[in-house]
Amino acid sequence: MAAALTTHSLVMRYGALLVTDSVSLDVRPGELHAIIGPNGAGKTTLINQLSGELRPQSGTVNFDGRDVTLLPVDRRARAGLLRSYQITSIFEEFSVLENATLAALAAVGHPWKFWRPLLSDASAVGAANEAVSLAGLAHVQDVAAGELAYGQRRQLELAMTLAAKPSLLLLDEPMAGMSPQESHAVTELLRQLKGRYTILLVEHDMDAVFSLADRISVLVYGKLMFTGTPDEIREHPEVKAVYLGEEAV
Amino acid sequence: MNSFLSRPSAFVPAAVAAALAVVPFAADATGQPFWLSFFARILIYAIAASALNLALGFGGLVSFGHALFLGLGSYAVALPAAHGVSDGWLHLLLVLGSCGLLALLVGAISLRTSGMSFIMITLAFAQMGYFLFVSLKAYGGDDGMAVSATSRFLGLDLGSAGPLYAVSWLVLLLLSWWMTRLRSSAFGMALRGARQNSRRVQAMGLQPQRIKLAAFVLSGMVCGVAGMLLANMNAYVSPSTLAWTVSGELIVMVVLGGMGTVYGPLLGALVFLGLEEVLKGYTEHWMIVMGPLIVLMALLGRGGLMGLLERLDQLFVGGRDAAGDGVSAGNDGAADKTAAPAEDQAGEASWQPR
Repeated sequence: MAAALTTHSLVMRYGALLVTDSVSLDVRPGELHAIIGPNGAGKTTLINQLSGELRPQSGTVNFDGRDVTLLPVDRRARAGLLRSYQITSIFEEFSVLENATLAALAAVGHPWKFWRPLLSDASAVGAANEAVSLAGLAHVQDVAAGELAYGQRRQLELAMTLAAKPSLLLLDEPMAGMSPQESHAVTELLRQLKGRYTILLVEHDMDAVFSLADRISVLVYGKLMFTGTPDEIREHPEVKAVYLGEEAV
Repeated sequence: MNSFLSRPSAFVPAAVAAALAVVPFAADATGQPFWLSFFARILIYAIAASALNLALGFGGLVSFGHALFLGLGSYAVALPAAHGVSDGWLHLLLVLGSCGLLALLVGAISLRTSGMSFIMITLAFAQMGYFLFVSLKAYGGDDGMAVSATSRFLGLDLGSAGPLYAVSWLVLLLLSWWMTRLRSSAFGMALRGARQNSRRVQAMGLQPQRIKLAAFVLSGMVCGVAGMLLANMNAYVSPSTLAWTVSGELIVMVVLGGMGTVYGPLLGALVFLGLEEVLKGYTEHWMIVMGPLIVLMALLGRGGLMGLLERLDQLFVGGRDAAGDGVSAGNDGAADKTAAPAEDQAGEASWQPR
């Protein structure tokens, strides 16, 4: 089931620096909601509060109809709220399939099996296989993650999130540093996933964002400036001024 | 069979285990009982190092206090024995119970920290244990005490050299088998994952701290079993088993053999104690030679002796077929469709978000 995510007046401050300035975000079930904003706007900090890795100083996070503000990251993950990282965060010693299988097991199973191989867990391996194929990594599934090319590592990052069969995906710049071809492949992948999952996408690739997103929120200096459809964002004068600039329109 | 013989990383440990099985007969035939006790000591330290490897190699927990469990395991035999208890099962129960509980306590506190603090806290706990047993004057204090009743299991007395050796060998064999399985089990993978990237493990939905704590407890319990065997072998226990140098030696054995590998601790214990014995024959200042040798081996590579053997594997495989990286095997044309997830419709129906 696709689930909704809303926040109410989230505040996060590092000393005098207000990184999240009373953000009230509303991600509807099944939509692909993009967050854009200049570097240092606090996008990753916001994602960290949504995933549970950071606790906001005030405000609440609601996921799938319940208040999860105080839930730690592992409990949120098991509730179906899964994230991917901007800085690739994979297990380098494990093969691609092992990475994805561990992710699949972590979301639904338990790790207290001391004898049977992880890769004999049919349901976890099944989910992992699907995610690995979907991310276009089937041909390298037995390769150690540490030996993958950069773009493939980014794809594995996505595959691990997908293997958990989440109900909401928090994707932190999935296309960061990818070649145009790789970005294109990930754009197509996200297009496939769209509608089946609720997706919150932080991304700098404007072509991808504007072609994928149902709605876009603009974050500037920690403040949510405007939320609207891609067309509305294009026409919004202030957004144009602070972020998109002239050439992007 | 051919592939087994051409893989030194599989062949050498198996050969070592087989050779260790022959030791009692060889010692008997040559009338050199010394060798039996010498190799029993190697087996016991291999068990302890293997236990430490579970925490250190798989979990990345650099415990500088595992002598605590070796010592407690010894005293968990000697203390009841002093009161006339010689039932091996009871000894074993006491060893596992006391080491498990203590590891739970030490682990729960130490795991609140990491890195250097973790090393220091585990060392501090071991030192506390050391001085606790030194202060137990009723049980020999500094001088230690004799084990007046060695562990007896169904007519088998661990106090006699033959059975002790056989049991130690079997325990090591079973432990290695378990470690082989554990390494790729769900728990082992989660633990090794937590060493590589603890944050990700938690973001996926697991509790890395709990997994590490469980590994620390298991490690302490197995190390206690080594202590139990040690007490029976020497028929004597002393606080010196808990000395911090013993913790250090266990770490050296694990690192020397290859952290995180299954057979590394066995090879590490064998080479460390073997070298010590050989060098002692030449000079009482054997550490002057041993030290540089350890440095040299540490410089040889991160994987220790097992890493060395695995590089030999590559050499053998490389000679046979040029590819040898395992990537090319069994990818029936899948390599063509590079990053094109759109093409992959297989399993689409079952691909439903939960």
